Formats: sequence, C-alpha cells, structure tokens
Amino acid sequence: MAAVQDGQMELDAEKETKPEILSDGTSNLSGNTASGTLSSSPLTAAPAGGAPKMEDQQTLIAVLQFLKRNKLTDSVEILRREAGLGEDQEDSQATDGSGGGKGDVDGGDANSLLSRVSITSAAAPQSMCDSPLMFMLSAAGADDQPDVSVVLSAYSQQGDPSLYQVYYSGLKNFIESVLDCHRAELSQLFYPLFVHMYLELVYNNHENEAKAFFEKFSGDQECYYQDDLRVLCGLTKKEHLKGNEVLLDFRTSRFVLRISRDSYQLLKRHLQERHNNQIWNIIQEHLYIDIFDGMPRSKSQIDSMSGSLAGEGKREVNKAKVFHGLLKEPEIEVPLDDEDDEAENEEGKPKKKKTKKDSLGSKSKKQDPNAPQQNRIPLPELKDSDKLDKIMYMKESTKRIRLGPENLPSICFYTFLNAYQGLTAVDFTDDSSLLAGGFADSTVRVWSVTPKKLRKVKSAADLNMIDKESDDVLERIMDEKTASESKILYGHSGPVYGVSFSPDRNYLLSSSEDGTVRLWSLLTFTCLVGYKGHNYPVWDTQFSPFGYYFVSGGHDRVARLWATDHYQPLRIFAGHLADVTCTRFHPNSNYVATGSTDRTIRLWDVLNGNCVRIFTGHKGPIHSLAFSPNGKFLASGSTDGRVLLWDIGHGLMIGELKGHTDTIYSLKFSRDGEILASGSMDNTVRLWNSMKAFDEVETDDFTATTGHIHLPDNSQELLLGTYHSKSTPVTHLHFTRRNLLLAAGAYNSQ
Amino acid sequence: MTEREERRFAEVPRESIKLMAESTGVELSEEVAALLAEDVCYRLREATQNSSQFMRHAKRRKLSVEDFNRALRWSNTETVCGYGAQDALPFRPLKEGELFFVEDREINLVELALATNIPKGCAETMVRVHVSYLDGKGNLEPQGTVPTAVQSLSEDLLKYYQQITRAILGEDPHLMKVALIDLQSNSKIAALLPYFVYVISGVKSVSHDLDQLNRLLHMVKSLVQNPYLYLGSYVRSLVSSVMYCILEPLAASINPLNDHWTLRDYAALLLSHIFWTHGDLVSGLYHQILLSLQKVLSDPVRPLCSHYGAVVGLHALGWKAVERVLYPHLPAYWANLQAVLDDYSVSNAQVKADGHKVYGAILVAVERLLKMKALSLTLAAEGSSAGLPAGCQWEEWTPVSLPAMYCELYSFFGDSLAVRFSTDPPLGGAPPPGPCQPLEGRKEPASSAPNLENTRKMPQLTASMNISPRQDGSPRMEPQPPSLAATVPGRSLSRSSSSSSVSRSRSSSSRPGRSTSQSRDIFPKSRFPLPQAGPPAFSFIIGGRQMGRRCLGRRFQTSFTPTPPLTTLPPRAYAHKLPVIGRVSKPVRRWTCSHYSLHLPL
Repeated sequence: MAAVQDGQMELDAEKETKPEILSDGTSNLSGNTASGTLSSSPLTAAPAGGAPKMEDQQTLIAVLQFLKRNKLTDSVEILRREAGLGEDQEDSQATDGSGGGKGDVDGGDANSLLSRVSITSAAAPQSMCDSPLMFMLSAAGADDQPDVSVVLSAYSQQGDPSLYQVYYSGLKNFIESVLDCHRAELSQLFYPLFVHMYLELVYNNHENEAKAFFEKFSGDQECYYQDDLRVLCGLTKKEHLKGNEVLLDFRTSRFVLRISRDSYQLLKRHLQERHNNQIWNIIQEHLYIDIFDGMPRSKSQIDSMSGSLAGEGKREVNKAKVFHGLLKEPEIEVPLDDEDDEAENEEGKPKKKKTKKDSLGSKSKKQDPNAPQQNRIPLPELKDSDKLDKIMYMKESTKRIRLGPENLPSICFYTFLNAYQGLTAVDFTDDSSLLAGGFADSTVRVWSVTPKKLRKVKSAADLNMIDKESDDVLERIMDEKTASESKILYGHSGPVYGVSFSPDRNYLLSSSEDGTVRLWSLLTFTCLVGYKGHNYPVWDTQFSPFGYYFVSGGHDRVARLWATDHYQPLRIFAGHLADVTCTRFHPNSNYVATGSTDRTIRLWDVLNGNCVRIFTGHKGPIHSLAFSPNGKFLASGSTDGRVLLWDIGHGLMIGELKGHTDTIYSLKFSRDGEILASGSMDNTVRLWNSMKAFDEVETDDFTATTGHIHLPDNSQELLLGTYHSKSTPVTHLHFTRRNLLLAAGAYNSQ
Repeated sequence: MTEREERRFAEVPRESIKLMAESTGVELSEEVAALLAEDVCYRLREATQNSSQFMRHAKRRKLSVEDFNRALRWSNTETVCGYGAQDALPFRPLKEGELFFVEDREINLVELALATNIPKGCAETMVRVHVSYLDGKGNLEPQGTVPTAVQSLSEDLLKYYQQITRAILGEDPHLMKVALIDLQSNSKIAALLPYFVYVISGVKSVSHDLDQLNRLLHMVKSLVQNPYLYLGSYVRSLVSSVMYCILEPLAASINPLNDHWTLRDYAALLLSHIFWTHGDLVSGLYHQILLSLQKVLSDPVRPLCSHYGAVVGLHALGWKAVERVLYPHLPAYWANLQAVLDDYSVSNAQVKADGHKVYGAILVAVERLLKMKALSLTLAAEGSSAGLPAGCQWEEWTPVSLPAMYCELYSFFGDSLAVRFSTDPPLGGAPPPGPCQPLEGRKEPASSAPNLENTRKMPQLTASMNISPRQDGSPRMEPQPPSLAATVPGRSLSRSSSSSSVSRSRSSSSRPGRSTSQSRDIFPKSRFPLPQAGPPAFSFIIGGRQMGRRCLGRRFQTSFTPTPPLTTLPPRAYAHKLPVIGRVSKPVRRWTCSHYSLHLPL
C-alpha cells in the first residue's frame, strides 16, 4: 500500500504548516510535540519534553528494544543520546520488566509496552495516526494491513452506544431550530458526524446499535453522498473495517467544512451547554472547520462546493500563485514566400501571412504577467522537424474558422466498428493525421486517417544500404512493403486505459491495467520503454505539450511525472484520497491537473510537486479534464453528467453546465477557446458557449477572497447544440487546427 | 432505510452457506453459517464495488465478469473461472428441493473439436467517419455522407458488393433472385448503400437494354424494401433513376418488339412505392415529381411513350395526382391524342398503337380518379376539397366537383368510360344526389329547362358508380376550371367538338338539333364557335371493343366525317407528321355494329 504511505506523508507535511485551531486536551500534548519533531526524521524520534515521566521512559525503552531487535544500532545510539538514557538504565528496566532471561521474554516485554503505546495513541488519536514513528512501529508489528489498525484505533474511545442516537438527534434538533442563515452551514456537519459516529459504533462491536443508527439517520443525508452511504451500510463488523479503502480515506483525512464564525460560535455554545462531549470530540478529532468571517453561505452555495470525499478544499490551499499564462512562442523564421506560393497557389496570400506572422510575434513578445519564467522547468529544445511543424501549424491556423454561437463547427465522427474487444481510450495527434485506440484486449491500434499510410523503418541491414547523404533520406528509410492503414501494438497485459501521442508524432504512450506505462515508437511500431512504478492499474497518461515529459495517474492514488529518458518518475503527486482517474498537462507544461474518484480536482506544480489548487464540487468521480487554450480555465466532467468550469488564477468555480445524462468521458475547447465540446456516454456531443460562461463571471474582491460564488443557472443559455450519435458513446473529442470537431467512439450494438 | 438498502443487494442466506458446506463435506453450525453468510455478503459487495471502477474506465455501462475478476485479482483473491460467456446465465429453480442453480450445460468437447462449422473470426476492427455539417445556427445540414471521404470498406463488404452486383446484372435469373432477396433483408450493408445507388444511377447508360433496366429497377426495389437501410437523401438519387425509366424515350423503345411499356409500368409502381414509404425523407419530393411529370405531359414534342410514362406515373402517385395534373391537362392533350388515333395511314400504325396505349392508360387513370373521388365524397361530404395535400400552391388549382368532372371526362371517353363503371361491382351506398344536384344547378343558372332535362337524362352518378348506358343522357354542361380557361388555342375547339359529337352520339336520334343548340348555349365563350351552327355537318361512330392483342388494352376506333373546322387546328408536332383527319372505314362500322349495342348511328 505504497499509495497510502505517500498520502500519509503528505498529510503529515500539511498538518505541520496548518495552524491548530482547536487545541487538544492536555493528554495528547506530548504526542503533539513528538509528532512535530519526528516528522522531519522518523528514526531519530525523541520526545522534546525535558523530564520524561516514568511512562514516557518506558515507552522509550520499548522503542529502543524494538530498534535493537531489528538491528538498527545507529538509530539506537542516536535515540539513546538524545533521550539521555544510559545503557544500564535500559537494561535494568528490561530486566525489571521481564524478570527472567532475555531473548524471547525481552520481545514479549516490548510487545506489552507497544500495546501501551497504542493505548496512549488512542488517547491522542490525531498525533497517533499522523505520527510516522507509530506508523513505523505498527508497520513492523502488524504484518498485512499495518496502518489500518492504528487508524482505527482512534475509534476505541468508549461511549454509551445507546446514547449515540440521542446525541445525534439532539444536534439535529438544535440545527433545525437555528436561524435559516446558519442552518444551511451547520447542516454540513450532519454527514461527517453521521459517518464517524456510525464507524465508532461498528468499531466497538455495537452492531445492532450501528444498524439502528444507520437506519434512522441515513435518510437525512444529502443525496450526493448516496454512493458512500451504500458502501457504508454494508459495513457492520469490526473486521470489515480493515481493508476498506473508502473508510480508510475517511479516516486518514479530516473532513473539511467551511463555516462562518457566527455559525461556529453558535454550535460551540450549544455543545458546551449540553456537555455533549461525544460530538465535540468527533468535531475536534476528525473534522477540520475552516472558519471565515462574513456572511454565512446559502444552501446553494454550499451544495455547489460540497460532495467530495473529504469535504471542501481549505481556503489556504487555493491561495498559492499559479502562473497560468502561456509561454512565449519560440521565434521561428518566416516561411519563404515562394514556398507559400507553391503550397497555396493563391496570390496575395504570402503577404497576408507575413503580417499575420508579425502580429503573432508581437503578441508573444509581450510577456504575460501570469506566465511562468520561460525556463521555470527545463523544456526540450526545438528540433528542425518541430520547427517545420510549428510553421505548418501557423499556416493552418490562418485558415482556422472563427467559431462562435453563430458559427458552430462541423462534427466529424470516427466510429470504431467491430470493436468487440472494447474500446477504452482514444487519442488524435494534434494535426489530426493519426488516430490511436486503446482496447480492453490489451492492444493498442494506430490508424492513419489521411491517405498517407503507416510505414515502418527498414531493418538495420537494409538501412546500411541506403545513401545517407541523399536529400530524401527520411523517405528512403521507410519500408514501403509495410505500408498499411493501421498497425497493432502488442505488449500490455491488461486493458489499455490511456493513450497519448507525443507532439512530434514519433511516440505514443499507453497506460494499462497491468500497472505499466509503455512508450511506443511510431517509426518502428515497437515498444521502447515500459515505465513501472504505479504497480496498480494506470488509468490515464498524457504527454506534455512540449513532449519529453509525461504524466500518469492510477489506482495507487498518485500521479507521477516522468521524463521519457528516465525509468523512474521525476515527481510523485500524492494527495488524492482515491484513484487518480485522469491527468492533464497545463498548456504551459508547468502544471498538471488530476481528477480523482475522491471527487476532487487537484492542480500540481511540476517544478516542486506542490499541490496548488484543490477544486471540490463534483458529486461523482471525475473522468475528463480540459484546459482552455489560454491556460486560464479548466473544465471538468464527471459521472454525474455535469461539466464544471474553474478559474485557475482565482481558484474558483465559475460555471456549471448541466445537460448530459451520463458520464462525460471527453472535453475539449476549440482552438480559440470560444466553444467547449463535451462528449458523453449518453451518446451525445454537446457544444457550450464557453466564452459567455467565462465572461459572465463576476469576480469582485469578496468572492475572490472567500471563494463563495453565486453560480448562475444558465446551462440552457450556454448550450449551443446537442448532437446525437447512433448508439455510440463519445470517448474522445478533438479540434483540428482549423477548428473542425472530431469525435470518436465505438459503436455499441447492444 | 437499511432494509431498503439491503434489499437492493444480493444476500446469501445461511441455508445456502450450509448447503454449500455440505456439498464439500463440511458440517456447519447455525452460528458459523450465519457469520459466514454475513461475511460473504459483505465481501461480495465490496468486490462488486471495486469492480465497478474497471467498468467505468472501460467506458461501459454493463459490469462484466472480467471486471469482477480484475477486482478479485487486485485484492489477492482467486478469480472465478468459467463465466466468460457473454450470454446471460439462467438461474433456475428446482421445484422439488427448493434448490436454485445456474444452468450449466455440459459441452461435448469431442463434438466441439470435430465440428465442421468452424466459426468465422469476427470482422476486423476499423474506423469509419461520418461528417455532420452544421450551419451557422448549429442545425445539421441535410447532406449525405461523402463516399469519397476517408471511408474504408472492409474486405468482406467489398466482396459482397462485387458478388451482388455481378449476380444482379449477370445472366443467371436464379442467382439474381437470390441476390435480390439478400439485398432486401441484409442488415449490414448500410456502408454499401452509396455504391449501390451509384450502380443504379447507371440506368442512363443501359437504356438500350431492357433486361438490365429491369434488373436495376429490381435492385431499387430491394434496397427500398430493406428495413435496415436508412436511405436518407439517397432517395432523391433513386427516384431520379426510376423517373428515368418511366419518362425517357429509352433507346430500347425504338424497336416495337421491346416491351418497354411493362418496364414503365413497373417503374411507376416502384415510384409510388418509394414515395409512400420513403417520401418523408426528402421534403418537396412529391411536388418535384409532379412537376416533372406535368412537364413531360405538356410537352408535345416528346414521344408518346414518354407521355404514357407520365400518365402511369401520375396514376401510380394516386388519384389526387391525376386530378391535379392529368385532369387539367386532358383537354389540351386530347387534341393531340385524338389526331394520332384518327390517323389510319399505314405509316402511322406504330404511333397509333402507342397512342392507344396512352389512351388506355389515361382511361384507367381517370376511372380510378372518379371512383376514388366518389368514394371520398361518400366518406366526407366535402372530401374533394379536404383531401387535398396541404400547401400545394404551385399551381392555381381548384377542386372540381365530381359530377362536373364526370361530365367533362365523359365528353372525352364517352361510353368507354361509362362501361367501365357499369361493369364494376357496386361499391354500395345510396346515390348522393344532394351534393350533385345543387352543384349542377349552380353551374347552369341560364336555363332551367336543360336542368330539368339534365336531371332526367344525365347518366346517373351514384356512389356505386353504376351508370346505366341505356339511360340516354347527354352531359351538356362543362364546368370550366378557371385555370383551364382558354389556355391553349384550339383546345376548346377540340373539346367542344368532341363533346358535342359525344353528346350527339349519346343523345337519341330524335333530338339532334336540340342537343347541339344546347351545347352552343353552354359554350358561348368558345373562341372557335362551332361552324356547324345548324344541323350537324359530320357524323361519327364510336365503337369499342376489347382487344385481345398484345397490349391487352381497350382500343376505340372513332371515325369522323371530315369537317372544315377541324382543318383549322393549329399545326402540332403530330399533326405535321400525320394527317389529322382519318377516314371513315366501313368495315369498322360494320364490325362495331355487329358486336356492340353501344353503336348508335346518327
């Protein structure tokens, strides 16, 4: 469970930076301090307290013995030095405790001490589950699911199980009786409290009480938590708690609530008056209440932001500066005029091109204040072929159709026929010349959608024969005999869930259920590298817009940044509480967006691996992401059939597009960003007026600072068109350089 | 809530657990079984929940066994084998023992291995493109797929196409039949539709070969009848090919031995079939067809076979088409036809035969027109106007009342029309004198006497369309549809002359003068006043008989005494070629006399 470890470390780091809002009781003070120092270097753990009490000392000795037994002599030395314990002291303690011979008994003693440690950890649950030291200890102690027992031990607090219903309904009555403006905010408490109380009951073997509790109150929860509740209702035994991933997510992360100061005061006063410690403890231990000053939010505001597995994102998280501007276009020499003439056969065209070129140049010369430094992350140098391609791109873009509500793109649908093995992923090259499909039978197939056929490079022996000085050497190396419209790439041993072409069209990436990402050459049509590291199904992968880098995300809950020439990942983006389902590069390649089954979207900085944005609001797993071409906005689509629009700079949700009735598997902005196309499992392509959606957002200072935005319900106005396919789910969308919309999907005969 | 939730999940009862344990030889106590059952339920639920993500990422809606097995594999559990089949597994109860089981039929491996019907591999995975052109408003533009675009036919389809076209256009009639039947029922040939349509459009290049034309038309029929094909805008192309066969003076029709008439009949039938089944695919198709038929009909330069095609085409499109196009054109057309029919010269024999074909076709068309109109009248009092297709503003056209129409048509066909009705079985229903009489009264306000006589003498138009030929009555009034008023010079003349002649033939010999004077009264506006103002200057005979010859049609021979006004007919294309005036042939007269009671000499 490497993923969980990563998550733990990450959380731990977060905890350190975050100010403690609710101070814990005195009993866990020591634990707190311990965790503070330990986190830097787990193995040099030592309590910071000056004079350790007897119990602490015993704990320390137990740790020392444990380390000794595991032959970690260096650590033993360091720990001893730091704690100021003598060797004799330890020995005497050990003999005192055991009374008998060393060896086995020694170990037994250590175990008994360890159990005491867990008891204290129960008293200080937060520090325990966060503390890497404890984590390590129990990791060595328990064999299979190390972290779970520690995590769960937080529930070992005892309370009268029959009173849980009373507590909960007491709070419910209170919240229902407060003023309307506070009620909506305080209602957010229901769901996390409900879950935690239920789990406490289950953990403490009060099966019947738990069932009754669930039955009584599960109907009150918001409908978008239904999926989680369904998982929860199956859990009635303590044994089942182990290994349940959803549960683990709930425990390892604190549920984040945003509540206005007034509402919070109200709640606090109520709980203190009633001496309702049970609930107060849960709030302190398992919830993170993000208090803000100002107007309480309305129900609709709350609903638009909630729904994620761990509550909303904290406000601080979205405060970091994001350089969302585009990088400067590289200076490329103006294509020769006569060349143009040949290509175009049109008079006056070259002149036009030149002016166009100039305007492009001047535009790019003006440095966007939001753009990152050109060399913020090292990018590959442009090759000659890349420059040629850029020139082609510019030529094409002069012929681009300007889209708008009055001028919608034509749609070209590529239907995969006879795809009985199951089409799982599709990608087009940027110039729309090649089409790749990933299939559930582990194959990757590449088609040429232009009359130009796919050819392999000749064999090494044949390559020796050709004249390397000739001008058309690139043509000569190709083997005409291998020309065909499609090629099949064999290598994966599980369904291929993601495919991505490199920008120079020489490589293809594919990610599979077998836990690997493979890099294929489109010159030889062979596999070049298999990137191993995820060890679990890899749901998505994508090349950086500049090539060289690529990102992948999978079932292990992390996204990884790779470079094609490194067999190990360069960055690991950990933080999601569930599978990373889709990954997208920002157009300037400095950021990566990931969507997850935990119903959040995170934006990661490629430079330092930090999470710079957390977007919550989706009510289902996110299956598609798309950056606007100017890099300012992000669109995301999920299983609930909604598309949400995000302002990256401000970290705000700015739009909700309702209309689809099933999972949205593909999103794409037109080349100029005026139109957003969404493709869904409901066999439709919908076109949205994204320009209008972005323009209509009012971003005054208040909304910008609090992030509380009123979303206009204008999906119907923004919807420009709905186009039905013939029982073909839309798996992929792509705008050609001239703004023709290409869609792809497999015909579903059932 | 919990109960409802739990009912949503599959539950394994402890009895099942105990049974399963027994089957492996383990005895379980109640307690253990209950615990196990609960745990099994939970584990199943968990595995199912985990497997759903594999389904989601495979972009499917249906959870497969494979998804479930993947989830099991990743949670280090042994996978379930033997459930890879795509078909649903029937879960059957066994009545005696209250036992439920998944039916698992035994498969004889030997049989399977030695089976001769080796299943074919499934077709190659491929990509096909379809373009939806959007106009500025985002509406789909009605354009067909472009066959020349990147569209690859799989090997199999290509082979199929070659075989089918070869079979249909080849010599073997049996093979053709098989191919046509398959074309009619094959559900997988949508990709080939453009190719077939292209083949069919080749009718223009084989107009000399009736056989090939026939085969192509059969191909059209098969395509049209294929329920799996969406013809879309290809309908237009198919219709134009069919129209070609109906209307064009095919090279094959030069040789009189070629039976191109049947081809035209068949094509017309096909046209009506296409129109009734696929007419909604292309808007305005109906009117386009009507217009082109009308154009051909009104073009005297066209050969008679084209006219024949136009008439059968209109007939096939329904009585309303006949009423709207053929009927208003009939007076103009009649003169030409009459001229052809009246030419008995040897050189005209072939053309005359063609003319009779046209005549027969028109007769059949108007017969149905009258019958249907009468039927619609009986169904709805105002049926004649209500039954119009909406929005036909392409021609100034007003419905003509049934009796008026009958009168006019009767003036052309005489008893040959009446006879067709009298031989028909009665359609039932009482004669509707109500709508008829007032109309007539209104149409003829000039004198009441003719009205009286009319009510007495007019062949009775009843709903059963039984017109007694013995009841001598001369349809004297001719309601003039406004659109027809003096359209073609010479038309009114020919019509009036024919009508008067018919009336004379129908009226009893004792009152010849009166009838003519009446006809003059009725046509005071005729541009060519009848020269024979006094007693009739010519006489003629209408004889009719069933021809047992090749064409199986009705052949009517009309003989005129030469009258001077008829020579003033404006020269026509036919008139140039053929003398307008026929000659009285005694043998015919005698022959008709001997056989037909309808022969009424003046």
